[in-house]
Amino acid sequence: MADAKSQPTQEFERVLKDSATEVASFERHRKSPLERAQHVLHGNPAFVPLIVLVISLLLFGLLLGTKFFSAFALTLILQQVAITGIVGAAQTLVVLTAGIELSVGAIMVMSSVIMGQFTFRYGLPAPISILCGFAVGGLIGYVNGFLVARMKLPPFIVTLGMWQIVLAANFLYSKNETIRSQDIAAQAPMLQLFGGQVRMGGAVFTFGVIAMVLLVLVLAYVLTQTAWGRHVYAIGDDPDAAELAGVKVEKTLIQVYTLSGLICALAGWVLIGRIGSVSPTAGQFANIESITAVVIGGISLFGGRGSILGMLFGALIVGVFQLGLRLLGTDPQWTYLLIGLLIIFAVAVDQWIRKVAG
Amino acid sequence: MTDAILQARGIVKRYGRVTALDNADFELRRGEILAVIGDNGAGKSSLIKAISGAVVPDEGEIHLDGEKVQFTSPMQAREAGIETVYQNLALAPALSIADNMFMGRELRREGVMGKWFRMLDRPAMESFARQKLSELGLLTIQNIHQAVETLSGGQRQGVAVARAAAFGSKVVILDEPTAALGVKESRKVLELIQDVRSRGQSIVLISHNMPHVFEVADRIHVHRLGRRLCVVDPKECTMSDAVAFMTGAKAPPPEAIAA
Repeated sequence: MADAKSQPTQEFERVLKDSATEVASFERHRKSPLERAQHVLHGNPAFVPLIVLVISLLLFGLLLGTKFFSAFALTLILQQVAITGIVGAAQTLVVLTAGIELSVGAIMVMSSVIMGQFTFRYGLPAPISILCGFAVGGLIGYVNGFLVARMKLPPFIVTLGMWQIVLAANFLYSKNETIRSQDIAAQAPMLQLFGGQVRMGGAVFTFGVIAMVLLVLVLAYVLTQTAWGRHVYAIGDDPDAAELAGVKVEKTLIQVYTLSGLICALAGWVLIGRIGSVSPTAGQFANIESITAVVIGGISLFGGRGSILGMLFGALIVGVFQLGLRLLGTDPQWTYLLIGLLIIFAVAVDQWIRKVAG
Repeated sequence: MTDAILQARGIVKRYGRVTALDNADFELRRGEILAVIGDNGAGKSSLIKAISGAVVPDEGEIHLDGEKVQFTSPMQAREAGIETVYQNLALAPALSIADNMFMGRELRREGVMGKWFRMLDRPAMESFARQKLSELGLLTIQNIHQAVETLSGGQRQGVAVARAAAFGSKVVILDEPTAALGVKESRKVLELIQDVRSRGQSIVLISHNMPHVFEVADRIHVHRLGRRLCVVDPKECTMSDAVAFMTGAKAPPPEAIAA
């Protein structure tokens, strides 16, 4: 029937009926192993960091033996990356929309200070203070999202400004006071909830580690299996196309930044558990560490590509290098040097994977 | 009155001091392919945007199926049964074909998984996408999970047309669907357009390609200086006539203006 009604009227099109009929035959040419690898990585962006993670684990395992390959040392890595992992999850959401969130660390510290000060300065019950911490984290995230989505300001500038504002507010409000660990343990142990531990043989899992893993798994589900998650990817890819295709871009962006603020507040709570005290000077490098985890984890800074599991692997790679090199007794600067190399390598791989389309 | 599915009267749209649409009229009849042609800057895009809800006209009325409508967003037009294939296709390159077809109107699982965990019903979306693509003879795409960016230009166009055809219950608007395509791919898209029409949907085709317009259109709406200049029948008019009307080289016959 297609033949009957679509007789080409153009002279030059008459020859079309003789042209090759097996469509998509180009699919059949043998792909080189490299091309096939490129396609696999295109479909599964968390593979590269996973491979790097396994290789670095094996490498340090061979060099250090059981000193490194013990349940205790490996779970110690998890404890050390718990905060980075949670903040990295917040960062992942924003980076997937082709934004960047520089105020994550500041929001985290601000929330932890509010949780602590509301309890000790105003005598509020700990659960109420914790809720207030979450509310402030969410509110700051909402303001970021509003400025980015409605006012169309660049995310880099908005969050750069917010980082300074929140950090300064944090020092002004807390009067640079630290709340001591033993006071918290005595009066409001709930604040230190995430410092609690589960021991299995030599393995030590803090509640913070468990929270981080659960958070990443839940977000992985949300990002891949729900409409909202697909919209986050679509916005990062091409916001105009997403809008025309029926995605409420502004609303989703505001939700992303608000959720990221709430996750940072969770990180603030976990931070109290990790260091025991409430300190306005803690977590100074959380924003850089989270961006490092996101980039090494293969999430594209140009948005729309990558998997949150990759971010977790990226955070773990950094943790493995830090602990491994410390156990080897090298200068800590080697850690930074190697991580710097990894970042550049990761971005190069991202660019290469993108070429699959071209 | 003829059997018009979509009708616009006296549409005015100003951008600052520029008048993009100056009392423009528009009429699309049921089951026809109406081509819209016009010089660059004649206001074709503004007209289409006003009809598809992408811009809100300053004045004028739009009637869909006899009922007055006022769209303030493309979503509202979509809900009313008007689907648009934009020139940039509005596809998310990294997402799969099925994810793209259901962007903004995803299906969720039944029961607890869908209600509480808001899980997408991937199997249903994929089988629907597969069915729509094969209805339009597009199943040369081998893998429905493929990311859209791994498809060729013609295949992407096909996905966008299939999406519009699947959901545009009344009207499908195509903005320059063959502009970026090769000879063979253009032919495929023209066949697609005829397929869609044969299933009873009405189509608006915006194109600069005169041979394509004259081949598939039932009527041709010539747009000039922000308004409808005339409507001509491609069987009674030559391409050079149409180009002459469009550029102002020749005045259209009076009976065409009345139409």
